[in-house]
Amino acid sequence: MARVRESAIVDAPIDEVWRWVRDFNSHRDWHPAIADSEIENGLPADTVGAVRAFTLTDGGFLREQLLSLDDEAHELSYCLLDSPLPLHDYVATIRLMPVTDSGATFWQWESEFSPPPDRARELMDLVGNGIYRAGMRSLEQHLRTGPGAGGVLRVARASDGPPRPARTEQTPDMEKAAPIATSGTGGIVKARAVVMDRHGGPDVLSLREIDVPPPGPGEVRIRQSHIGVNFIDVYSRTGYFDLVTPPGIPGMEAAGTVESVGPGVGHLAPGDRVAYACGPAGSYMSVRTMNADLVVKTPDWLDAAHAAAGMLKGVAAGFLLHDVHPVRRGEWVVVHAAAGGVGTLLTQWASALGARVIATVSDLDKARLAEASGAHEVVIGRGQEFIERVRQLTGGGADVVYDAIGRDSFDASIAALAIRGHLVSFGQASGDIRAREIGPMASKSLTLSRPNYGHYIADRAMMTMQAERLFAALEQGLLTIPSPQIAPIEDVVRIHHALESGKSTGAIVLETASS
Amino acid sequence: MTRVYVSSVIPAPAANVWRRVRDFNGLPEWTPFVAESRIEQGLPSDKVGCIRNFTLTDGGKIREQLLALSDYDMSCTYSILESPMGVENYVAKLSITPVTDGNVTFAQWQADFDCPPEREQALIDQIGRSVFQAAFDALRQSFGGR
Repeated sequence: MARVRESAIVDAPIDEVWRWVRDFNSHRDWHPAIADSEIENGLPADTVGAVRAFTLTDGGFLREQLLSLDDEAHELSYCLLDSPLPLHDYVATIRLMPVTDSGATFWQWESEFSPPPDRARELMDLVGNGIYRAGMRSLEQHLRTGPGAGGVLRVARASDGPPRPARTEQTPDMEKAAPIATSGTGGIVKARAVVMDRHGGPDVLSLREIDVPPPGPGEVRIRQSHIGVNFIDVYSRTGYFDLVTPPGIPGMEAAGTVESVGPGVGHLAPGDRVAYACGPAGSYMSVRTMNADLVVKTPDWLDAAHAAAGMLKGVAAGFLLHDVHPVRRGEWVVVHAAAGGVGTLLTQWASALGARVIATVSDLDKARLAEASGAHEVVIGRGQEFIERVRQLTGGGADVVYDAIGRDSFDASIAALAIRGHLVSFGQASGDIRAREIGPMASKSLTLSRPNYGHYIADRAMMTMQAERLFAALEQGLLTIPSPQIAPIEDVVRIHHALESGKSTGAIVLETASS
Repeated sequence: MTRVYVSSVIPAPAANVWRRVRDFNGLPEWTPFVAESRIEQGLPSDKVGCIRNFTLTDGGKIREQLLALSDYDMSCTYSILESPMGVENYVAKLSITPVTDGNVTFAQWQADFDCPPEREQALIDQIGRSVFQAAFDALRQSFGGR
């Protein structure tokens, strides 16, 4: 019996390392010897007993089975089922331990196997150096610089880590603009703002010039070049959500440049390119004072128009897929309105996570969009045909339904779910869902979530985590923010009409020309 | 049951680090807080079951019994028989593990014990920081580390 044991100190917190190591299907992302990997039978990668099929970079092929997985001890073991090499009875164990005084991770990777005696030395060297050492070094490298650096990592290092290389050499124009209009925090600044005098239709919106006070303690004043338009703005305009008390300014999302910072703000400075996507409402203006805790710096490679178009929808997609219902590889996921703002991102991101997305849309053009986002199947309409198609594809029903349609889709969503399925109802584009019987949910042991955006970005830690997760996923290519339709802020009434009529696809951004 | 866990990387091969720490009577040689130590009844310090009786630099006296010693795993387990700390059922394990990439050492020290709830945090700090971490810091420096 040969025994190989290799170990290394990886300069990253144990949770980051474990997040990759525990994913039995992740080696293709970081191990130099693995070209491709697939979990057989579509099982989640953390199913004990799951078999992964590896294609090696040298063209070889092998299969390994997960024997144990222990999140508490940060330990897993696996064995070889088929291999091009005579590694008989091969069982390997990976164990992580924290280095408490430095925040790094001790990683031990060991195995036992029975090689032919004349090849023992060669095979032990191959396993120890070629697989274990090379793999450990490579994951460390991957965590530090790789395009696959995940959200958790980026958050953990965002505060004090070394600056990451920018993706592009050229910085967007917005950055150069960075006008610092006033000295220090003093002075009132004039801004153009979209004001609503009462609740009602799009015509209650009008453009005015208003005074913006200097930032107070914990606040920043932002020169906003681009403003994101979201359906929630319609709800605050009509009064469906109690977000804006007239006379007031709607809007939850914008991007631009920090103009000045108030006392006690340490993480932002004048000239920083920033964005936010949260309450309190009031983003429809060219200059705004805002709670600095909820404002995040945007990466160099993300221009302000895309940041304003994608922050709110991207953060929403992020917490819906990770926090409300953590989507796992192989799950059947229904996304309603899959060509809509959040729907497009949900479809892309869930597909990239390895889920099989059944997208619903209302017409053929939108079906093409949903297909381009990576949907496994696209269904036009949400009637009986949809329910039958879901049953046909999945056998037992969908694991989760993401539903922002509301009233018109609620019953179909319930019908499409599998036993112990999860309905995530996060919008009501078709109207208020109103009172519903919960009795029928018992027949399938369903779970219903009705998440509120604000509760997932309630403070700086949460906001930063959500934003960094989104930026990392964008950089990794798990999703892309579609280029928004850009309209001058003067066109806000027309834009609200279009949004409400359901005719628009993709994101809309108002441009203030203030930068 | 309360647990304290401290770990560190010592910039020396594991065999060298183990040679330094395996002597159950050797605390004065490598920790900054033990003034003198003896093994009761003149037993060898690697006889499992032996008791070390040592005096801290602050004058406190502690008796600890060796429960397990492994040169194969490079680990040592012991319990406290008497101490001024006010802990019960205290069992600690010190283990040394090679880091093959770089030929250095991963050192771990863990203790489990019972104590009154109001003293728990103070004891975790005292044992974790002033004992285990302080000993690891001294060990690291003795091997040329920071």
